[in-house]
Amino acid sequence: MSLSSMSIAMTAMIDIADANKTFTMHLQGGIELPVVSGVTFHVNPGECVVLSGPSGAGKSSILKMIFGNYRCDSGRIGISHRGALIDLATAEPRQILNVRRATIGYVSQFLRAVPRVATVDVVAEPLIVNGLARAEAQARAGQLLHHLNIPERLWQLPPATFSGGEQQRVNIARGFISDLPVLLLDEPTASLDAANRAVVVELVAEKKRRGVAMVAIVHDDEIRHLIADRIVDVTSFAVAA
Amino acid sequence: MADQDLADPDMRETDQPLLVAGSLSKSYGRIAACRDVSFALYPGEVLAIVGESGSGKSTLLQLLSGQLAASGGHVSYRMRDGVTRDLATLGEAERRFLFRTDWGFVHQDPAQGLRMAVSAGANVGERLMAVGWNHYGRIRDTASDWLTRVEIDIARIDDAPRTYSGGMRQRLQIARNLVTEPRLVFMDEPTGGLDVSVQARLLDLVRSLVAELGLAVIIVTHDLAVARLLSHRVMVMKGGRVIETGLTDQVLDDPREPYTQLLVSSILPP
Repeated sequence: MSLSSMSIAMTAMIDIADANKTFTMHLQGGIELPVVSGVTFHVNPGECVVLSGPSGAGKSSILKMIFGNYRCDSGRIGISHRGALIDLATAEPRQILNVRRATIGYVSQFLRAVPRVATVDVVAEPLIVNGLARAEAQARAGQLLHHLNIPERLWQLPPATFSGGEQQRVNIARGFISDLPVLLLDEPTASLDAANRAVVVELVAEKKRRGVAMVAIVHDDEIRHLIADRIVDVTSFAVAA
Repeated sequence: MADQDLADPDMRETDQPLLVAGSLSKSYGRIAACRDVSFALYPGEVLAIVGESGSGKSTLLQLLSGQLAASGGHVSYRMRDGVTRDLATLGEAERRFLFRTDWGFVHQDPAQGLRMAVSAGANVGERLMAVGWNHYGRIRDTASDWLTRVEIDIARIDDAPRTYSGGMRQRLQIARNLVTEPRLVFMDEPTGGLDVSVQARLLDLVRSLVAELGLAVIIVTHDLAVARLLSHRVMVMKGGRVIETGLTDQVLDDPREPYTQLLVSSILPP
């Protein structure tokens, strides 16, 4: 038993131990808003862990802590980055940026689009940042957009004017295009129709085959059933009142 | 932790800081405009200094770029030959040379960074001549190339910037600064005086040029949206001190200090 848990710890892509997060609201008289406490779980390569729990339980906050977007008050956010373990809870900003460039992708709920940039370039950007030639990156972006049923006539337009569902699919394409070994998914199917939800399920399965470790938030029971290898119940990390 | 840094290949590549500030201070009589500021800037890194008027951010920018003598502390810079020098020990000629070649400075008011009465082409070409270029055809070609890159119509190359709109002037100032391929560019509220639509276009341009050229940038802004769009790292200043610093999205999405929380909560929704 101890041997197997050790080997899990050594191969895990994400290894979180006893992470805590509290917001202190200085503008509201310094009230403390506990978010999560004692967050502990790991994710292996090729595995999709789904966080479950009601709204406000801290699922998105945990995802943001794994991305280094929210700071931890204590505990460890271990990420296997280029063969070495990096603790994002204590890492320098430039280390976190390197981890995001080479290791962790994040599909947020909403697309934060830069004005004027064409959809195909929004999607291709993560590949270009990692040194792929523009033409090849755009070709791969095109394939993925096509796969996600974004018509070609929209590819040269900035996504700002697209419908909610279209923007989310652009966001998904941007998140799935890289070959990053860790992917965080915040409700990737929330505003999609059945056909596009099926495409996302297929994309997740493809990432698993490639050994990508994923953490996802999914409210749809059917999708959760299709993609989850394991469920982590976030209510167990609730702060005792 | 030190072992982990060595094991991480992308840490080694840009291992050496480009610019280091140590305990920088500036006082005017009994008023401290800047107190005990220390940080290291690495190649390709974009650092935003944010805070409201009077917080000391513009003073800090002037100290960092050697335009103002510090009351205490030091700034060192790694020159193109790899040698790190203390800015205070540079001679006036060396400092001017640094400003013409390896550094850029984009002012809020383009009139401060441009010669308003000479042509746009000459404004860009002048920087090249200052570093020894003397072939007219090549200077003009390079100037036209840079005007195109900053989206200025080549047909306007012989017009003086006083005939340009505010947004065009600012783009011309950027071209003038980047033509010598500097490694570090200082920017003081570069979008400050522009209309919102013109701002968005300029930010987008700056963002792509910075990424393409791998520039290190220190940008002073009171606009947190500008900091979010352009910078990797942010320093929040108040009363001459750095009160909070970190990864830009971390500081803006999860601000810790009361003053930073106030700044972030004061942003109008888009």
